[in-house]
Amino acid sequence: MIRFLIFACGAAVLIAIGLHGAITRRHLVRQILALNVMSGGVFLLLIAVGARNADPEPDPVPQALVLTGIVVAVSVSGLALAIARAIHARTGNTTLSEEELE
Amino acid sequence: VIALLVVLPLAAGVGALVARRLGRHIALLTVLACVAVAVYTALQTLRAGPLVHRLGGWGSPLGIDLRMDGLAAVMLLMSTAVGVATIVYARGYYPPTGDERAAGGGFWPLCLLLIGALNALFLSGDLFNLYVSLELVSISAVALVILSDDETALPAAMRYLLAAFVASMLYLAAVGLLYAAYGSLDLVALGERITREPAALVAVALISAALLVKTALFPVHFWLPRAHAAAPAPVSALLSSLVITASYYLFIRLWSGPFTTLVTPVAGQLIGWLSTGAIVWGSIQALRQQHLKVMIAYSTVAQIGYLFLLIPFITALPEPSAGAEIWRLQAWNGGVYHAMSHALAKAAMFLAAGSIVHALGSDRIVGISGIARQLPITTYAFGIAGMTLIGLPPSGGFVAKWLLLSAAIGSGQWWWALVILIGGILTAGYIFLVLGQELSLAESDHEVQLAPVPRSMEYAAMALALVALILGVRVTEPLLLLRVGFPFAGG
Repeated sequence: MIRFLIFACGAAVLIAIGLHGAITRRHLVRQILALNVMSGGVFLLLIAVGARNADPEPDPVPQALVLTGIVVAVSVSGLALAIARAIHARTGNTTLSEEELE
Repeated sequence: VIALLVVLPLAAGVGALVARRLGRHIALLTVLACVAVAVYTALQTLRAGPLVHRLGGWGSPLGIDLRMDGLAAVMLLMSTAVGVATIVYARGYYPPTGDERAAGGGFWPLCLLLIGALNALFLSGDLFNLYVSLELVSISAVALVILSDDETALPAAMRYLLAAFVASMLYLAAVGLLYAAYGSLDLVALGERITREPAALVAVALISAALLVKTALFPVHFWLPRAHAAAPAPVSALLSSLVITASYYLFIRLWSGPFTTLVTPVAGQLIGWLSTGAIVWGSIQALRQQHLKVMIAYSTVAQIGYLFLLIPFITALPEPSAGAEIWRLQAWNGGVYHAMSHALAKAAMFLAAGSIVHALGSDRIVGISGIARQLPITTYAFGIAGMTLIGLPPSGGFVAKWLLLSAAIGSGQWWWALVILIGGILTAGYIFLVLGQELSLAESDHEVQLAPVPRSMEYAAMALALVALILGVRVTEPLLLLRVGFPFAGG
């Protein structure tokens, strides 16, 4: 149980760092990286859930969830990086401009 | 058979990616087949009750179950109808030329992927499957937005993607918590085991927050107006009608299913006040816009508020009186009915706006004066769709608002009735602003030659608007279907 709590707390810290970074950073690549830190935290939480029992054999279901979650996170990151590159190529900006719609 | 609703569009999406030239035909055939399957399975649901299909014969704890009850059935019927009209429209919007970009090369596979993901979401019965389909919906929606030539599309898509990513991670964390506490992801099994404890409450809060971001309920709607306005017209229609309805569907499914024992009346009232904020803020912003598509996008922000107005009623404490079941049913029907008629009408409106922009080459509202003479069918479609949004009889929107009003009066929560009525007046304001311009007799400065609008585009918008109208005339059948698997029956 102690081990589970250590991992769960670590996961919570990672999620908080990632969320903070995604909100406060302006550079798009930094935002994408921050979100990946956050997803790392979520995956850690799921892995910890899978190993929460003292059994030597971990629960396979959360591991399957993490596997799918990684696939999703990779594809979202890939798409996000492609869009960031396109924004940079077209406007030279590395951030999202803040001006309002007229 | 219901597995076809998921397999067909996904397989066809791959097919359209391989055979680029045939994409437009593959897409049309696939959505027509989906409509046929959706109607067939909906009739079966109506006759024999909820359908369950075990993929690969594995069964609930290990395999993936697809479930179809009344709510899923009406959502599927609505989304396949919007899908057909949008694809017919897109065949005119993207003419078959040698130029791949102008012919919408990327649109067809992504659109099929989106439809397949939506169908999977409506049919899924476990939290993780729902997560995967929700992600598929978001990714294909973002990819569709960047098909636009509009220079604001890229930043808008980026903002949308970042918001969706944060939301999906919160959702996944909550899935982990729920699995840790109850050892199941199945919605039914979860509903039986869940109890009031900190882990479950945190999970409910995380999932609700994630879904509110994805549905863009005020005040987390910031990504929506730009993304929906910058996308190409057929994409705007799909996003504003189907994509937000999908995450809304998941929200009400969870709050009426496994989470019923955890959500309190206070939480319900809070959602109600957020809805009020959405209706007022979205409508006022819509009134202030000078661009047609941005205005319609803000109208979506406002209408999302109406969708969530059913929440305060289903979270109210069950009362011993016999009346509670009646107004709860009314609120449920009203909310879902509003989701359906809004989806149809909003898609019609975005398609009509797309035709106007196509003809004029600009979407400034002042520029469209007198367009009714050149595009009478489109103007008519816009008007009928507007009628549904305002809630004028005899439209689907009227029925929905009537049901919600009855629930508000019946349950003694009269303040929501005020919100519904004020929202209607504001909606009428911005709809008539545009219609007034369109019908204006003043000689306009149309020295600019209007680009010809293909007939299929005009009629596709018209057809959707008419379906939204018919929902107001034929009420019995959809409501009977919705009764199948009604979550609060006898409870």
